[in-house]
Amino acid sequence: MLRLDSVRKTFNPGTANEVRALGGVTLEFAPGSFTVVIGTNGSGKSTLQGAISGAFELDAGSISVDGTDITRWPEHRRAQVVGRVFQDPFAGTSPELTVAENLALASKRGKPRTLAPLLRGAKRGAWRELLAQIGLGLENRLDDPIGLLSGGQRQSITLLMATLTNPKVLMLDEHTAALDPRSAELVIGLTTRLVARSSSTTIMVTHSMQQAASLGDRLIAMHRGRVYLDVSGSEKRQLMESDLLALFSQMRRDDRFDDDACAMVAAQYR
Amino acid sequence: MSLLVATLAIGLIFAILALGIYLSFRVFQVPDITADGSFTLGAAVVATLLKHGWNPLAATVAGMVAGALAGLCTGVIHVRFKVNALLAGILVMTALYSVNLRVMGSSNTPITARTLFSPLEELAVRTFGRETAILGRSVPSQDLGILATTVVIAAITAIALVLFLKTELGAAMRATGDNARMLRALGTSTDRMLVLGLALSNGLVALSGALFAQMQAFADAQMGIGVIVLGLASVILGQSLVGNVRSVSLAVAGAVIGAVLFRLLVALAIRMGLDANDLKLVTAVVVLAAIVGPGWIKSLGRKRGAHAPA
Repeated sequence: MLRLDSVRKTFNPGTANEVRALGGVTLEFAPGSFTVVIGTNGSGKSTLQGAISGAFELDAGSISVDGTDITRWPEHRRAQVVGRVFQDPFAGTSPELTVAENLALASKRGKPRTLAPLLRGAKRGAWRELLAQIGLGLENRLDDPIGLLSGGQRQSITLLMATLTNPKVLMLDEHTAALDPRSAELVIGLTTRLVARSSSTTIMVTHSMQQAASLGDRLIAMHRGRVYLDVSGSEKRQLMESDLLALFSQMRRDDRFDDDACAMVAAQYR
Repeated sequence: MSLLVATLAIGLIFAILALGIYLSFRVFQVPDITADGSFTLGAAVVATLLKHGWNPLAATVAGMVAGALAGLCTGVIHVRFKVNALLAGILVMTALYSVNLRVMGSSNTPITARTLFSPLEELAVRTFGRETAILGRSVPSQDLGILATTVVIAAITAIALVLFLKTELGAAMRATGDNARMLRALGTSTDRMLVLGLALSNGLVALSGALFAQMQAFADAQMGIGVIVLGLASVILGQSLVGNVRSVSLAVAGAVIGAVLFRLLVALAIRMGLDANDLKLVTAVVVLAAIVGPGWIKSLGRKRGAHAPA
């Protein structure tokens, strides 16, 4: 169980660039659930990811996993319980290292790095099977530097690496947004299969309304640093892409209404 | 011939320096100027301990450990206090100048005791007499003993470094320089990796300094000036020989070969009349050319290509 309690974060407080990214968000994610997070630009959905993965310190609130408070854990320590796939398909793998070496580093997630040979006792057979299910012929490239592979291939391997040890939480941060349509489809297919098999509590941020409508068992829409919509179960299953597009227009209308209201009030006091 | 043997021996000692610079500059992408101070520190510690009757091996290891501590300081200043890596190196290097004078008690310490080279020197003299004929030329057997010692130490160091870079810890260090964000997402503190890496790098540099002092039979407060550029020259030369490869063993071999080759080129240049005082200027220019050259030539080619008819 991943729990966020009244999480607040403001960037550049007290300056002209002040951004209230999260305004007291409380959320609970059931073990093994698959939540899709959508939202307009600057809605706080990326900040939500950063808060969970420990990219910055919170202004207030707490985060816990299975009852353990991880609020003060630095980013690398959070990795013991949080697996991540980034938007940048090149961010999740180390190009100079081989495919096998990258997988080996991921298989020891959160453990101390010792003086044991990295590839001793490597589960090459199991890795080959995992790579084979991506369907890009990667099973024969275990000893190639990963920098030789394409963005789609590397993002697929990042996904394998993030799920290899079955971390309690899996975070996917718009992980198909920078891929070409074919690679994106491939990575989404792999995501569906891996998430179905794993017991990780999965949170996927996406810009794609099609993905948001078709994937996951719960949908959260963020707006202005708050949870605007939170649906799950049959309600989530009935959501269509068109409903989500309508939701976005509504959020934009709310924005305009707020701005207009402010302008009106301001005018009265002038 | 005697000159060639001595040049090879110095080249192999500088190969260990090059391995240290390879670690900081290539693996971590940090130009760590602490090297200038830790090279002398290794020499100063070994000279002082030998004077106090220490066993040569123990004294050499102590010099190496002292260098590692210097690297540790640079690393901690950089990651803990967020001081720019280059500035952190400059600070520690400057401080080390005083430390080295304190360690030696003067700016120069002669080494008269038995050194790490003595066993093989004596063995060579016992076996071949004072002089040995190689390819019809006469070489002092003592020099052969020195060369043999450097071959053994450089080989052990290079092999140990390759094996280390293939351990979990070593691979994590490579990933730190390559993609720090990824390694943090896999649960390892990249700060810790960098501190350990700079310690190891400066340990190797100090080992090189300790050996160099024992070979020339004295340590001097000035002897480390410019060794970082020397190491860079070796690493870059080696890289141009083996290509920009991703294999760890080849990259390490390249650094070793680069260091020896660079030493041979220097010896040749001095023999052909280069003033030894100009050596550092020439080295700096060569390193600059090697770093800037390839990109410059490429951009020239592009410009010419742009003017070519379509």
